[in-house]
Amino acid sequence: MKFAVVVFPGSNCDHDAYHAAKDVLGQQAEYIWHKDTDLKGADVVILPGGFAHGDYLRTGAMARFSPVMKEVQAFAAKGGPVLGICNGFQVLLEAGMLPGAMLRNRGLKFLCEHVHIRVEQTDTPFTAACRRGQVLRIPIAHGDGNYFAEPEVIAKLEANRQVVFRYTNANGEVTDEANPNGSAAAIAGLCNEGRNVVGLMPHPERACESVLGSADGLAIFESVVQTIKSGALVARA
Amino acid sequence: MIDPKVLERHGLKPDEYDRIVAFMGREPNLTELGIFSVMWSEHCSYKSSRVHLKTLPTGGPQVLQGPGENAGAVDIGEGLAAVFKIESHNHPSFIEPYQGAATGVGGIIRDIFTMGARPIALLNSLRFGSLEDPATRRLLEGVVAGIAGYGNSIGIPTVGGEIAFEPSYAGNPLVNVFCLGIEKASDIIKGVASGAGNAVYYVGAKTGRDGIHGATMASAEFDDKSAEKRPAVQVGDPFMEKLLLEACLEVMKTDTLIGIQDMGAAGLTCSTTEMGSRGGAGVEIDVAKVPQRESGMTPYEIMLSESQERMLLVVKRGREAEVERIFEKWDLHASHIGEVTTDGLLRVKENGKVVAEIPNRALTDEAPVYRRPMSRPEYLDEVQTLDLGTLGTRDTRIRDDNAALLALLGSPAIGSKRWVYRQYDHMVRTNTINMPGMGAGVVRIKDTDRALAMSVDGNGRYCYLDPRRGAMLAVAEAARNVACAGAKPLAATNCLNFGNPERPAIMWQFGQAVEGIGEACRALDTPITGGNVSLYNETDGKAIYPTPVIGVVGLLEHADRVVSRCFRAAGDAIVLLGEGRGELGGSEYLKVAHGLVQGQPPALDLKAERALQDLLVELAGARLMRSAHDCSDGGLAVTLAECTFDSGGIGADVSIDEVAVAGSADTGRAAALFGESASRVVVSVAPDATTDVLTRAKAAGVPARVIGRTGGHELRIAVGGQVAVAVAVSDAERAWSSAVEHYFAKRVA
Repeated sequence: MKFAVVVFPGSNCDHDAYHAAKDVLGQQAEYIWHKDTDLKGADVVILPGGFAHGDYLRTGAMARFSPVMKEVQAFAAKGGPVLGICNGFQVLLEAGMLPGAMLRNRGLKFLCEHVHIRVEQTDTPFTAACRRGQVLRIPIAHGDGNYFAEPEVIAKLEANRQVVFRYTNANGEVTDEANPNGSAAAIAGLCNEGRNVVGLMPHPERACESVLGSADGLAIFESVVQTIKSGALVARA
Repeated sequence: MIDPKVLERHGLKPDEYDRIVAFMGREPNLTELGIFSVMWSEHCSYKSSRVHLKTLPTGGPQVLQGPGENAGAVDIGEGLAAVFKIESHNHPSFIEPYQGAATGVGGIIRDIFTMGARPIALLNSLRFGSLEDPATRRLLEGVVAGIAGYGNSIGIPTVGGEIAFEPSYAGNPLVNVFCLGIEKASDIIKGVASGAGNAVYYVGAKTGRDGIHGATMASAEFDDKSAEKRPAVQVGDPFMEKLLLEACLEVMKTDTLIGIQDMGAAGLTCSTTEMGSRGGAGVEIDVAKVPQRESGMTPYEIMLSESQERMLLVVKRGREAEVERIFEKWDLHASHIGEVTTDGLLRVKENGKVVAEIPNRALTDEAPVYRRPMSRPEYLDEVQTLDLGTLGTRDTRIRDDNAALLALLGSPAIGSKRWVYRQYDHMVRTNTINMPGMGAGVVRIKDTDRALAMSVDGNGRYCYLDPRRGAMLAVAEAARNVACAGAKPLAATNCLNFGNPERPAIMWQFGQAVEGIGEACRALDTPITGGNVSLYNETDGKAIYPTPVIGVVGLLEHADRVVSRCFRAAGDAIVLLGEGRGELGGSEYLKVAHGLVQGQPPALDLKAERALQDLLVELAGARLMRSAHDCSDGGLAVTLAECTFDSGGIGADVSIDEVAVAGSADTGRAAALFGESASRVVVSVAPDATTDVLTRAKAAGVPARVIGRTGGHELRIAVGGQVAVAVAVSDAERAWSSAVEHYFAKRVA
C-alpha cells in the first residue's frame, strides 16, 4: 500500500513521516508537492508537521489554499484515510475538515517533550490496531496546540465519539497537570464524522523506533496499514 | 568629504584610511569607504586575531575542509562528510534578544547548507548575568524564544548546549550557535567565483536598510547608547530560509554551480569580494538589479545591508535557466545581477555606471593585520591566590554536605536546563538518540549504522583565572563529553568571545587562550576546522570573562552503542575513571558556598586525558558501560547525583577517599566531594563486566576503581569512611529540576 506525504513549503516533518512509512513500516511512500493536483494512487494521505507557508498569519491558514488540498478533500469525501499530524492537524482545522481551532499553548511557550495520550476510539483507520484506553507515549512539539471549540461543539464531538486521543498521565488518567497546552477536554486528537480523517498534535512518526525513546507511535501507522489491507476502506486516490 | 568624523562613524582609524588611499592610488568615494569599513572591520577581517589563529592545528587525515570556507568538514566514513561550525551573535542579542538570537541561528544554518550539506543538528552555548536580575530573565527568555522560533520553524533539531550565569555577562550576554550538516564528501561546494562570464545570481529575501553596519557594530564596545543601535539588528524569516535551504540543496544536486555563499555579515560586499578573492577572479554587479524592499536605496546601502536570508550564486554560463526553474518551484526569484570577470576587481555599478571599483585583494588579503600588544593582567596574581586554610566559614544556609550538594544542584549553572530545551524542538528529523540534558547531543545517520556526537563547552570562570588552562580545559571537556557518549572525537570548532583587543590585558588573555586551545587540540587530535572570533565584548569599559567556547564532533561507528549519563539498573558497579586531587580553585562550590571566584583552575594532563577518552570509546564499543558521565561543575558528588536523575530513581551508595588539603574538616570533605579535578568520568558497569573494565583501564594507563554500587532510592557518599552525603534521590532531583524553572514559574503553565 502507498502513503502520500504532502509537502507544503515550510513542512518540516515530511521526511520523518516518509521515513516511518517507508523505512520502518516497509510500505510505499511518495511526496506530493502542494501545487500538485494528483495524489498518485495513494491509499492514505499524511499532512505532516511543520510551519506551512511560515504560519505567520495563523497556523494552517495559508496551507488550506494550496492546490493539493482540493484533492485531499475529494479523497477524504470518498472515505480515504487522511492523517494530519501537528501542523497537518492545524491545516485540517483551517480547511474545515475537522471542527475547532488552535490557540497558543497556555504557557505561551513552544513545548517539545514526550507526553502520554489515551486512545479513546478504535473505530478509525488510525486506531484500529489499538486497544481502547491504551496509553501511548509520544512526543509533542508545538507552540499552538491548545485545542479550542465552543462547548456545543465539544459536546457534539463527545456524543459522536469523535475525540480519538486525550492527554493523560502515564496511568491513563486525565489531569490538569498532564494537559501540556490547555486543550479543551484534554483533546489531543479528533476524527471527522466519517471517522476517516484524523488529526492529532503529538507526533507518532517520531515514536516509531525504540532508539528514539519510544515506539508507541507505530500503533497508529500499523492501524492504517491493517485497515487498508483488510479491505475495510476502498478509497484510492 | 571624507573627514575624521566620517572615518570614526565607519570605525576606521586614520592610519587605516591612509592604507586605503595608498592601495587605491586615490581617495575612495563614500561607497568604497563603506565597503572598506566592513571588510576591514574586526568581524570580517580578523585583524587582531589572525596572527594567533594561524598557530592553531587545522589539519589531519580526517579533515576534508579546514578554516577559510563557510564551514569546516570532516570525514565520517562511508563516503560522508560532517560539516559544522560555531558562530557568535552576542552584540545583536543584547540589543534585541529575540531577533539577535534568531538571526544568529539563521546565519550558522546558511553557512552549513552553503557547503552543500543538509543541516541536521543545532547546539548553542549561552552566557548571561545572574538570574536574580529581571533584566537577565528578560534576555534569557528572548534569546531562547529566538533560537526556538528560528530552529523549530526551519525544522532542525536543537540537540544540546550549555548555559552559564556570571555577573560579568550581565551587560554583554553571549549567544554562540553551532550547526552541523551531512553530505557526500564528494559533493562539498565552496564559496568561489571563477570563470569569466559566468553569471552571478542573487536569491532570497529582498534587500532593505536593516543591519547596515552590523559588522562594524559587532566590532565596537557597548555603552549606554547601545540601545540606539537597534536598526543595525536584522529581522529573521525562517520560512524564507527554509525555502532557500530546500531550493539551494536542489540546485546543488545539478552541476550548474561554480560556487555559492550566503550573505551574512557585510552582506553583498563580503560575499562578492570573498568569492572573487577565493577564485582569483573579479566580480561585477549592478546594484539596480538587486531586489530591494525599500525605494530610493543608495549603492552604499545596498552593498552594506545585512538583510537576512540571501544567497549569492555563481552559475555556469548557459545553465541559468535550469537554476531559475528550481528557484521558481520554491516561489523564489533568482536575479541575475552580474558576472565573473578576470580583472580581480570588485566593480559595483548602478544602472551601468560604475560607483565603486576596488581590487578584491585590497579588501581581503591586504586587510590590516595587527600584532597587538599583550601584557599579563594585574588582577591575576590576586585572584589566583587561594589559601584554603584561611577560607572562613561557608554560607550559613549550607549547614552540612547535604545542604552543600542541594545548593549546588539548585544553582542555575548546574541545575537542569529543561525549562530551556523543552522550548527547542530537539526531535524533528527523527535522528536524536541522546536528548538534551543527557550529555553530548547524539544524532544517528540514517541509512548507516553510524551516529555523530557533539558538545559545546566553555568555562569563563576558569579562563578568567587562567586563560590558557581554562581554554585547554574547555577543549578537554567538550571532547570528553563526546567520548562519554561513546564517540571518537574527530575535530573541533571554536568561538572566541573576548573583550576589547586594543587593551593589552585582553589581548594577552586572547593569546593565552588560543595557545591553550592549540595545545589541547593537538594532544587530543581534534583539529580546529573553523569558527568565529567575537571581540569588544565589553559594556562601559568592563569586559566579560574571557570565554572561548569549543564545539567538538565525534563519531560513533554503531549508533546503538550510544551511552548516556543515567544509571540504568540497580546493582551495577560504579567505577570512577581518573583521579580526584581535591582541586577547589575556580570551582562552583567556592562560588556557591563562599562567594569566591578564586584560585587556579584544575590541572590538566593532556596525555592522561587522551588515554581516558580513548578508553571511553573502547568501553562503549565493547558495550561495557551502562552509563558514563563527565565530572565537571560541582565535582564528583554532583556528577553522581546527576547519574541518578532521570534514571527512574536509582540511587547509589559510594565511598571515596579523603583528600589532603589545608583547612577545616568541612573544606577537606568539600574538596573530595565538590573539587573539580579534570579527566574524570563516572561510569556504571554490569557486575560481571567490572573485571573486564578494570583490566582495560589498567592496560590504558587510566586510574580506575570501583567506588560503590547503584541501587536504593538514596544517594549516599561516604568520605574516608564517614557518611557525608545522604539524600533521597527525589529530593535532590527536585532541587536540580527547579533550579532554572523556578525563576520563571509564575509565567509558565
